[in-house]
Amino acid sequence: MLRKTQTSLQLKIEQVSFSYNGSEEILKSISFTVNSGQIICILGPNGIGKTTLLTCLAKLNSPTSGKILLNGEDMSLIEHRTIARNVGYVPQTIAPSFDYSVLEYVVTGLAPWLGIFEKPKEEHYQQALQALQKIGIEHIKDKPYTRISAGELQMVSIARVLAQKVQFVLMDEPTSHLDFGNQLKVLNIIKEMAKEGYGIVLTTHNPDQVLLLEGKVAVFDRERQFHFGNWSDILNDKLLKSIYGVTLKICEVEQVSRKVCIAPRIE
Amino acid sequence: MDNTKFRRLFTILIVLLIITFFISLSIGRYSNDPLDVLNTLFSRAGWKEGSNPIMDNIVFYVRMPRIIVSMLVGAMLSLSGAVYQGVFKNPLISPDLLGVSSGASVGAALAIMLGASLAQRQITAFLGGLLAVSITAFIPKLFKNRNNMMLVLSGIIVSGFFCSLLSIMKFVAEEQTELASIVFWQMGSMAKVLGKEIVAITPVFIICTTVLLLLSWRINILSFGDLEAKSLGMNITQIRGIIIVCASLLTASSVSISGTIGWIGLVIPHLGRLAIGTDNTKVVPITVVMGALFMLVIDTLARTVSTAEIPLSILTGFVGAPLFAYLLYKQKTLVE
Repeated sequence: MLRKTQTSLQLKIEQVSFSYNGSEEILKSISFTVNSGQIICILGPNGIGKTTLLTCLAKLNSPTSGKILLNGEDMSLIEHRTIARNVGYVPQTIAPSFDYSVLEYVVTGLAPWLGIFEKPKEEHYQQALQALQKIGIEHIKDKPYTRISAGELQMVSIARVLAQKVQFVLMDEPTSHLDFGNQLKVLNIIKEMAKEGYGIVLTTHNPDQVLLLEGKVAVFDRERQFHFGNWSDILNDKLLKSIYGVTLKICEVEQVSRKVCIAPRIE
Repeated sequence: MDNTKFRRLFTILIVLLIITFFISLSIGRYSNDPLDVLNTLFSRAGWKEGSNPIMDNIVFYVRMPRIIVSMLVGAMLSLSGAVYQGVFKNPLISPDLLGVSSGASVGAALAIMLGASLAQRQITAFLGGLLAVSITAFIPKLFKNRNNMMLVLSGIIVSGFFCSLLSIMKFVAEEQTELASIVFWQMGSMAKVLGKEIVAITPVFIICTTVLLLLSWRINILSFGDLEAKSLGMNITQIRGIIIVCASLLTASSVSISGTIGWIGLVIPHLGRLAIGTDNTKVVPITVVMGALFMLVIDTLARTVSTAEIPLSILTGFVGAPLFAYLLYKQKTLVE
């Protein structure tokens, strides 16, 4: 049965391949490791399999070959409930059908910790409220989550993953649909979460965010080749070209005292 | 939390239900005097001597069973509507729109034609209803279209098909006996209800309602969609399966007693949400009581407004359709 080979908090991806019902392989023998406190950004062109990789890490899809180890245990042998106590998934978009209040939505993060017939009690609502406070949006707790801004909605779903009390958080394009101010707000929250020990994997279409978050980077280029490493080691103009097919430059900008990734002037 | 609001509303509804129960018990063709009813009740309880045997008969064997069954049917249809809307994450559906009611009707009509017992009729109605809802849920998957409207259209397709099946059955049914009883049953009448109907549907009501009350919070999570529910660690196939079976049992049981009664399964859940919010832990119990109250009022009107019985579907349509139009206006976001 389940055998613990390692005790450290780790999400280990070993030679994972994936294809939808035997069609073309989307993921080809991918390996990397997520440790707690680490941020890993996944870069790649549209439709290359970034979301698929995330869903495999949350066992929302099962790899066609290879395996994923959660703290040393083979994920395919762990039941969903246990995975949901360790790995949280923040989808790119949530499409609300009913206008639950923000608090009612966030409290569902505690679902893996409650019995199947159990309903959230006062203490659970308190925990959900704390998660909202942590993000700084407790003032919208009674609003219907269908009637808040896209930025607030993104922060609400991050609050829910905080309420879920997981070690690893997977975020699918957490900054898409957000204005620039909200993008930076969310990136700040992500960095803060990593400092608290969350292992975070996120996908993004903006390579500059990799430089802002200063974590590791996982890259799918347009030939479906997979690259993984520290951002400072592997992210260069050549790799960026192979991802996006256009010229992008990484350069040091004094005024902000960091490296940035930007496009050259359009002639 | 707004639990106080919930408790207050629930208590008000229960009180209203009890009051309506006594009013309904007091009105009818034989006697409209509440004192007569009280006398009868007291003498049954042994607190009073000498009762009117005719009144006793009317209260306990004519009005009471009918009142109880109409409350049960109202509760069952409303609850199943609320639950279907939740698990299919679509506030625009109901047992009739999903085709469950027509599927159950075909099952029930088949049992009537074969001269089966009430219990057997419930079972065939359940199988028909479950078959219909499975087909309805399958069609959008076949077209890989998860739009809200697709499910509604799929329900229209399925109920259209089962309605035709029912028509064929009526066409071939033996005119004097089978056809008459199918038509009578299908119009949705409580007029012939006896004690045995209560015995038949009460266990279904108690078991399914209990299960759905227990799972009501999980309905919230299922209404977020498969991906989110799964990422929260839920066994969606299992839980959704249990919920759909319970809702279909509720619909089928009520259909097997009183035919297809439209609108109530669509309107009452919306009314409940308007009153208490979207959280299903509150919507489920509120809907049960609201549905019982609504149906009791409708059935009391049906048997008292005119000298002839008015079929229930006519009344629920008259009340439900404008009410739903109003609710749609209030919650414009639903159809956007």
